[in-house]
Amino acid sequence: MRAAGSTDCWSESPRGRVVTDALLQVENLTKRFGGITASDDITMDVVDRELHAVIGPNGAGKTTLLGQLTGELAANSGTIRFAGTDVTRVPAWRRSALGLARSFQITSLFLDFAAIDNVALAVQAHAGHSFRLWRDARREPALREPARAALERVGIGDRAEVLAASLSHGEQRQLEIAMAIATRPRMLLLDEPMAGMGPDESTRLVTLLRELKREVAILLVEHDMEAVFALADRITVLVYGRVVASGPPGAIRADPEVRRAYLGEEASTRHG
Amino acid sequence: MMASFPRRAVIATLIAGLVLLPLLTSLTGDAFVLTLFTRIVILALAATSLNLILGYGGMVSFGHAAYLGIGGYAIGILAHEGIGSGFVQWPVAIVASALVALVIGLLCLRTRGVYFIMITLAFSQMIYYVFAGLDRYGGDDGLTIYQRSQFAGLIDLGARNQFYYLCLVLLLLAIWLTSHLMSSRFGMVVRGARSNDRRMRAIGFPTFRYRLACFVIAGTMCGLAGALLANHTDFVSPAMMHWTRSGDLIVMVVFGGMGSLFGPLFGAIALLALEEALSRVTEYWQIILGPLLLLVVLYARGGIDGLLERIPTGSRRD
Repeated sequence: MRAAGSTDCWSESPRGRVVTDALLQVENLTKRFGGITASDDITMDVVDRELHAVIGPNGAGKTTLLGQLTGELAANSGTIRFAGTDVTRVPAWRRSALGLARSFQITSLFLDFAAIDNVALAVQAHAGHSFRLWRDARREPALREPARAALERVGIGDRAEVLAASLSHGEQRQLEIAMAIATRPRMLLLDEPMAGMGPDESTRLVTLLRELKREVAILLVEHDMEAVFALADRITVLVYGRVVASGPPGAIRADPEVRRAYLGEEASTRHG
Repeated sequence: MMASFPRRAVIATLIAGLVLLPLLTSLTGDAFVLTLFTRIVILALAATSLNLILGYGGMVSFGHAAYLGIGGYAIGILAHEGIGSGFVQWPVAIVASALVALVIGLLCLRTRGVYFIMITLAFSQMIYYVFAGLDRYGGDDGLTIYQRSQFAGLIDLGARNQFYYLCLVLLLLAIWLTSHLMSSRFGMVVRGARSNDRRMRAIGFPTFRYRLACFVIAGTMCGLAGALLANHTDFVSPAMMHWTRSGDLIVMVVFGGMGSLFGPLFGAIALLALEEALSRVTEYWQIILGPLLLLVVLYARGGIDGLLERIPTGSRRD
């Protein structure tokens, strides 16, 4: 059994790095909502250019964990270190400025803005302060060009001028990712990017993520097990807010506790 | 975004009409129309300032008339104390309304939705009662201004045409300023915060300070309108900042088209012209105005500006 907090599983990281190399380090993170412990003493890390997936059944506290990582939720105890800095009490907008970009589970775009304006805003967020009161922001190459490049990258370059509200669901998810990568973050936090996607769109997204993880660390929360096992370098399994296992996909698949708690009969028959 | 052809034609005609109006009224000798339009232009300036926060920023301030009062009383009080120079009065009006907006904004912008509406309303009512209690300056009855602001002979605010043109120029400057502000980086942040504030913070914007800056700019602009209004009516009273006056400004913005450059001007013209016309027909003109406003809210979300936008043109628009 891979107990929460045991350090041996980290040494199994694909690149064999030691813990201190980690870009993101979470230690003993705990979050309570009233009587419910949504994050129960979570310890984990993500190293640079690694895709670390977090899986778990509904209500396992994956989104709560992400909320604390981005700074939208305050942890009750524990620490979060990003790139060597303690960011546990750093507000959301500043964490983003440090290079921690997130995409949302429920698509959260600027629906009344054109696709490219959504991405340009993300670029602008990282281009210093925005007390520039006169020049037309829609004509600034410094904002438009990276935005256009990000849209091309995720495959919706031809939809740049379409209102975000008019994009298909899959395109909206792609736009989400374009907004996250346009800022050249050091780490991406992706909250169920495959949710509601058709098989074609999922395949394209898996290809994109496989390319992206060569450039940037990714923490992926995802229900699509096929995608997770295809992409992840390491997987952490959450159940009721606790880490029940953490390690490379092969080990997770074989872990009896994970099977019992999460993957269930389906997985044991299919993979066993 | 380009305005559609009919809308641009309407706007061009409207501006030409406003510019030429004093010539027409001097031909007909109809001082009343010029006085009415001076009032329309001043209130359009106030509505334009409200549009910055309400239309572009999604901040539904129900206390915007407070700045009309602050700007107006700055003129009134200084005139009452024997300081008649506009070079003193106007900067005081502008700085005072900016400071009041800063304080109100600091406290109110932490709330959202209905709470924001209620707290801005509460602040403006507080200011209303403060001025109503100033016995030295007329209290409830208000304060008559015996001499309009003096600008060392540069411009005579007492001359009807000159004063009208000053108001019109300031309105057009405000619209021009709005167009630049709201398409700049700053404007994108303010509009983004209206569209999805949570997401703005997630992608790295400290939205509060931008929304606050916008709130202060709007308050300042409205304070200027208040200074004009005080000079126009030669009188200030707490009624200038009554909550129903704030409501009128909201109606102008909604009627004309929220978040459109010329919407507040359309709204001010429509509201005051309707008021003028309907009140000749019946004392209870608001009975007609109310349902009209309902129709706009229900069926013409973009207000008058939105209707102009929808006029079909010969050329195809995407």
